[in-house]
Amino acid sequence: MTDILMPALSPTMEEGTLAKWLVKEGDTVKPGDVIAEIETDKATMEVEAVDEGVISKLVVPAGTEGVKINAVIARLDGDDETPSSKPNGGATPEPRAETKDEPAPAQAKATNNGHRLRAPEQAPQDAHEPASLKDPDLPEDTTYTKTHVRDALRDAIAEEMRRDETVFLMGEEVAQYQGAYKVSRGLLEEFGDRRVIDTPITEYGFAGLGVGAAFAGLRPVVEFMTFNFAMQAIDHIINSAAKTLYMSGGQMGCPMVFRGPNGAASRVAAQHSQDYSSWYAHVPGLKVIAPYDAADAKGLLKAAIRDPNPVVFLEHELMYGEQFDVPDIEDFVLPIGKARIRRQGDGVTLVAHSRMVKFALEAAEELAKEGIEAEVIDLRTLRPLDTATVIESVKKTNRIVTCEEGWRTFGVGAEIAAVVTEQAFDYLDAPPLRVTQKDVPLPYAANLEKLSLPHTADIIEAAKKVCYREQA
Amino acid sequence: MASAAKKPAPQPTKTRKKRSHEPAKAELLDFYRDMLLIRRFEEKAGQLYGMGLIAGFCHLYIGQEAVVVGVQSALDSDDQVITGYRDHGHMLACGMEARGVMAELTGRAAGYSKGKGGSMHMFSREKNFFGGHGIVGAPAPIGAGLAFANRYRGSDAVCVTYFGDGASNQGQVYEAFNMASLWKLPVVFVIENNQYAMGTSVARASAETEFSKRGISFEIPGEQVDGMDVLAVRKAAHKAIERARAGDGPYILEMKTYRYRGHSMSDPAKYRTREEVQDVREHHDPIEMLKKRLLDAGHATEDSLKAIEKEVREVVNDAAEFSQSSPEPEPDELWTDVLVEARRS
Repeated sequence: MTDILMPALSPTMEEGTLAKWLVKEGDTVKPGDVIAEIETDKATMEVEAVDEGVISKLVVPAGTEGVKINAVIARLDGDDETPSSKPNGGATPEPRAETKDEPAPAQAKATNNGHRLRAPEQAPQDAHEPASLKDPDLPEDTTYTKTHVRDALRDAIAEEMRRDETVFLMGEEVAQYQGAYKVSRGLLEEFGDRRVIDTPITEYGFAGLGVGAAFAGLRPVVEFMTFNFAMQAIDHIINSAAKTLYMSGGQMGCPMVFRGPNGAASRVAAQHSQDYSSWYAHVPGLKVIAPYDAADAKGLLKAAIRDPNPVVFLEHELMYGEQFDVPDIEDFVLPIGKARIRRQGDGVTLVAHSRMVKFALEAAEELAKEGIEAEVIDLRTLRPLDTATVIESVKKTNRIVTCEEGWRTFGVGAEIAAVVTEQAFDYLDAPPLRVTQKDVPLPYAANLEKLSLPHTADIIEAAKKVCYREQA
Repeated sequence: MASAAKKPAPQPTKTRKKRSHEPAKAELLDFYRDMLLIRRFEEKAGQLYGMGLIAGFCHLYIGQEAVVVGVQSALDSDDQVITGYRDHGHMLACGMEARGVMAELTGRAAGYSKGKGGSMHMFSREKNFFGGHGIVGAPAPIGAGLAFANRYRGSDAVCVTYFGDGASNQGQVYEAFNMASLWKLPVVFVIENNQYAMGTSVARASAETEFSKRGISFEIPGEQVDGMDVLAVRKAAHKAIERARAGDGPYILEMKTYRYRGHSMSDPAKYRTREEVQDVREHHDPIEMLKKRLLDAGHATEDSLKAIEKEVREVVNDAAEFSQSSPEPEPDELWTDVLVEARRS
């Protein structure tokens, strides 16, 4: 008897839907036979048998959602005495189509470092989302819909495409494949191939082509499969998109968005894991946005598409599958350049953007147990940087810890520390501290990767340090 | 755009000027005037550079005038033009004012970029001139993008994208070729082969020295054209542009041409002989060749051509005077035009 286990079909997958059995109990299978179809949040994949034998039991019925990786989904009676503990359950996934890559983590849960939030009565889905996260600027009676970040991004693009004929989406796999991370799911069907355009793998070329289209007055949304690949295109992002308005004395606007996942996914190593926040935030002529939750992703992407300037929109792959409340407001557009205080406190200021906001909020909850009330600022926009909100907070807390996924040297935290030192020096009771990735290319090995990336515990440690608390 | 190739030819968005391959007398005289204007303008720019009034990099177009004048004569006003950093001639050919171009060279507020772009970065939305780009090869995908916008809007305008023999070895050029051909974009790539990429001759830098063949892998047809003969340029450009306008996709025109001056003002041009330059000047000069043609055909007399020369000199002297007398940008201009101020909609 061999157990067939639910296979991991992408680095980010933790569970999936057993969409369909292609065999029934009593069927004989041999290696290579397709036995089932499994849906992840990204794709539908076929699963092949690895061993020969007779299907004795379909443990998980077709249509079951939320089947965890490594759960037993079927049992196989082999001809021989195959041990039941055979690794990987006698099944192997076969992607339907070859993918350039499907990065992302098998370890999303592990990365929060074991620190759980309080409020155990809350469902796990809500665990990272305390009530204080509701946008204070919205009316009391606003209703919300739980939305995945990837769908919020899609909704933003779709709404803007409906609103403005000049908006179009181009990039690798955005149309027929429905997006490498399924952000553009359904857009081809609604808008057709004139406005949702699959490009060849040619980042430098299509970034430049997008710039030309923007010079001519269209509003391209250029998707990079990841910003790691945009390094091939960075010349056009900076030299052509960011500088030309200035060099033309104001004649040549470049109203476009460069967007895609930025930073570390999971276990995809150094070339697929870099955080470019500080690179783009360095450049005059660009706006740079790095949202955390689904509401900001939607409201800020809509703002980015409408903005008459080139906007670099840094998403995070590990956030795509997270759900948040998105307000049920027609045409929900947020202002670019405004940070948001996600948690109020007077003990220490924690500044973060993108996925690091999650860890900063987790750290704040832990710190509260020890009597330190942290104020958590989500920068949301990196350029222009909302320094006023940061300075105001520091004047209250007198302590600051910056949190970013990128490298320390010349990073976002370095900039914020400099601004705080320049503008609020007399208010500081401790030197600003920076929580960052270690100063090495991101390693592949699970333990080294975890050591390299910043986590909740690092933020707690830094916060205690600036509060001159004893370390545990 | 997957279905772009199957789409019917775009509808004409404006009444197109009827042209023949062979320009009439009046047009020939325009060619003469336009080429002469570029020549005299560039000579003056070189002079002002020597006087310290123009600074930085300054790449002169002297010797290559027939290329841009011949191509421009086959374009309509809604067609777009984009080029690299040797761009003064293109701007004048597009109808941009000599005063505004020269004032940009001297870094004055009245320049086309308010003095903030300089020689390599000038633009005119009004004249559909999209730069003026300092990064070698960058015009290729940007030009394809301008053509993409024409196609997207259903316009039958065409984008002419100029770059040189040096840029032809940049990877992004081939990325642009691939997409332009795949999507049948209305773009004509004009490769100005002036034989030298800075100091490196074509033979020393290029495995395939016939640039008209560089589109073969992308199914883009191309041809070599005598870029010193304005009539040959006009004829080839007219054909390529009308082809692109009809929806048949991109085309490559390799213009065999020659620059008389160094790569930029600071280039002593030691990589070629004085005799080589002299030979082109004496036997293949585009302006002299057209002049002879005009005289032989009886379209002009020495006197009538002198009158054109006088008129051109006046324009250039006026531009030079203007570029020195107009003020530098206000210090406040340092901070303008970094971002477009958003209009809340």
